[in-house]
Amino acid sequence: MIFDLRAAGCAASVLASVLASLTGAPAMAQTLSLAVSAPVTSIDPHYHTLSPNQSLDAQIFDPLVDMDATAHPVPALAESWKLVDSQTWEFHLRTTNFHNGAPFTAEDVAFTLDRVPRVLNSPGSFSIYTKAVTGVEIVDPHTIRLRTSGVYPLLPIDLTQVSMLSRSIGANPLTEDFNSGKNAIGTGPFKFVAYKPGDRIELDRNDAYWGAKPAWEHVNYRIISNDAARTSALLAGDVSLIDAVPTSDYVKLSKEPKVTLAQIVGLRLIFLWLDHQRDVSPFVEGPNGEKLDHNPLKDLRVRQALSFAINRPAIVSQVMEDSAIPSGQFLPKGSYSYVPDLAAPPYDPARARKLLAEAGYPKGFRITLHGSNDRYVNDAKIIQAVGQMWTRIGVQTKVEALPWASYVGHASKLEYSAFQFGWGTSTGEASNPLRALTATYDAAKGLGTVNRGRYSNPALDQLIDKALVTADDGARETLLQQATRMAMDDVAIIPLHQQKNIWAMRKGLSYTARADEQTRAIDIRPVK
Amino acid sequence: MTTWLFRRLIQALFVILAMTVIVFLGVNVIGDPVEILISPDADQAERARAIIALGLDKPLWQQYLIFLQGALHGDLGRSFVFNEPALRLIGQRMPATMELAVTAVLLSIVLGIPLGLYAGLYPDSILGRSAMAGSILGFSLPTFWVGLMFIMVFAVELGWLPSTGRGATAAFLGVQWSFLTRDGLAHMAMPALNLSLGNIALVLRLTRAGVRENLPMDYVRFARAKGLSPARVVFVHVMKNILIPIVTVIGLEFGSTIAFSVVTESVFAWPGMGKLIIDSINVLDRPVIVAYLMMIVFLFIVINLIVDLLYTALDPRVRLESRQ
Repeated sequence: MIFDLRAAGCAASVLASVLASLTGAPAMAQTLSLAVSAPVTSIDPHYHTLSPNQSLDAQIFDPLVDMDATAHPVPALAESWKLVDSQTWEFHLRTTNFHNGAPFTAEDVAFTLDRVPRVLNSPGSFSIYTKAVTGVEIVDPHTIRLRTSGVYPLLPIDLTQVSMLSRSIGANPLTEDFNSGKNAIGTGPFKFVAYKPGDRIELDRNDAYWGAKPAWEHVNYRIISNDAARTSALLAGDVSLIDAVPTSDYVKLSKEPKVTLAQIVGLRLIFLWLDHQRDVSPFVEGPNGEKLDHNPLKDLRVRQALSFAINRPAIVSQVMEDSAIPSGQFLPKGSYSYVPDLAAPPYDPARARKLLAEAGYPKGFRITLHGSNDRYVNDAKIIQAVGQMWTRIGVQTKVEALPWASYVGHASKLEYSAFQFGWGTSTGEASNPLRALTATYDAAKGLGTVNRGRYSNPALDQLIDKALVTADDGARETLLQQATRMAMDDVAIIPLHQQKNIWAMRKGLSYTARADEQTRAIDIRPVK
Repeated sequence: MTTWLFRRLIQALFVILAMTVIVFLGVNVIGDPVEILISPDADQAERARAIIALGLDKPLWQQYLIFLQGALHGDLGRSFVFNEPALRLIGQRMPATMELAVTAVLLSIVLGIPLGLYAGLYPDSILGRSAMAGSILGFSLPTFWVGLMFIMVFAVELGWLPSTGRGATAAFLGVQWSFLTRDGLAHMAMPALNLSLGNIALVLRLTRAGVRENLPMDYVRFARAKGLSPARVVFVHVMKNILIPIVTVIGLEFGSTIAFSVVTESVFAWPGMGKLIIDSINVLDRPVIVAYLMMIVFLFIVINLIVDLLYTALDPRVRLESRQ
């Protein structure tokens, strides 16, 4: 926005003087105002699996197991956990109290697990994270055993998504009673004060919090969806921290001495789908617009050519303004099951042309690349860039960008040949994208759930199946790495880049940037 | 008068009914709400469960009948996203939008009419000329850009006003209002002015044109010749004659200010209905879209009704019955 302003002919000195007028410390040291971009739609932590809601929940509620800033599981309400036999997990619970004074015990865990699948009218149920639990056994008030059918090593990670409620709020709590505050009782660092839909959520410090003491007595958790307005609110000092810094402001803000940025390579991968299934793909034509009786995308050499044709570093620097890094796999470096020597595919148009010729397309072919224009950062610009790069190797590409609301339905009905998507790996490990994106679509087993390219590789399926029942963390990591490499070598998807998550704050504050995009007030601290 | 009112209401009912059908079909054509709402991590079984939970497994005509049945009992459905009745959601956001719209329209009357009168009476004066020139900016500059400029100048640089949000509110008649607190007024100043700029310009130009048109007319000359004071000529005789188009425009503008203040609301992060409807359209939250549009249609009908009634008050020649 700042750039636009200058382009609009505003005196270039405006910005300089604006930033010079920023004061060093926030006005009221005990109150923190922050602004997030995505609206919170409910305070009920089990109503809708929607990341903005989960980000807010993290202020008020705690799960048994939490994710640290780089998406590794760490103790929260469970101090430790272990497998007691191949199908039973045992969790040792922390001694702490809910905001209403009720003690947290194993009964509350059982109450929560029982409630999750029964939330009324849920458009996206948290039962996907609890369904592995087939039996609950309370050993003592601070020990609980959860049984799974079969070996299920991912249970602690699934439970990072499930906020614990107090049974003292009564049976069958209603979603509405969370929004009013009656049921919004957790064990988290902040207590719920008020929810003003579309505007803000007000929070007060929980002085009895079990973890490190939050630095703020009051928190205004504001929602400012408009990018320019959010940046202005930070510059004007109305808020002290904003999330989702827009790429257009990123470079300017990063050079600004009065503003500090916190950033981390996030868990969201931007990638392209190709139609692996059909023999004749709807948006593929011959080089002169003639119908093809086969689908070139089923040929590995063509898929490789399309991947080598993309200049990822150029997209990252030109389109993303360096707020992303080129990627050749699902996860960023440092994650569990990241493959160290699997780099982003190199930009090699000569090799791409050669591969196309070998595959029998010396003159290329025509294709339409689809994508959204309001969902991922710079999504429409990215596919335009890819379209130009593909056209350069002889694959004449038409680019079509649609609003997400319309696009996602068409994509799920498999109407496209090549199209862009993003995937945020909520679990921080590769089994999640492997089973959702690249496993063979299988409704009965719940695999390949969003495999919109309908990629299918029995060898890969076997590896994924094996990894999912391997309890040993080291052995499972090796299997997941093998599976990732297999999917990438076969170009099941074309990875483009991993987005950086960026927060901007007033000088004098620090924030621990989180890979999972959550903004947590407890991690915002004055610089000593 | 009663038959006229009755006819109007029957017409309104049909318009609302037609609108619900269009929205039902339209949302269905745009896309599938479940695809947007469901967690990417959800498996196929959970997807099927969500479709049933939202009642989207039934054929569209059946969904529509269920909606109609509910509507007859005053229930316009529950939001898919918020799990609250759509009407309650809209009700929560309505005061914020209403006070913004009312302030904006009041500003356009208080500033637009006097300035227009002045520019009409003294077209060659400096103030008259600059008012006319300024009004061109008023309706030609995009609201979005002006809003951002306001923020950059008054909030970021000068620091006089808060940049965004609604600020403190106070309760009146059981509803939270911003205009009752100092902080709330400070938050409201920029968005209200931003929203009213176009309207001020429009009212100003209409008033000026009316004055210019009426001044040379015989009745004005006659009134002057009769020895009436200039004030009486302008404020009673001329005013009465030029007010009909102005009232029409203000009425319609009031409606659109309420219904489509979304740009201003998003620039200033004002938690009103405009933001609600845009968010709802983005996620295809059909119950909220339907309820919102029904309410807007109703609102326009009421405003038009009031405008028609005002006509009769302003111009005795207008008879409501004659409009049948």
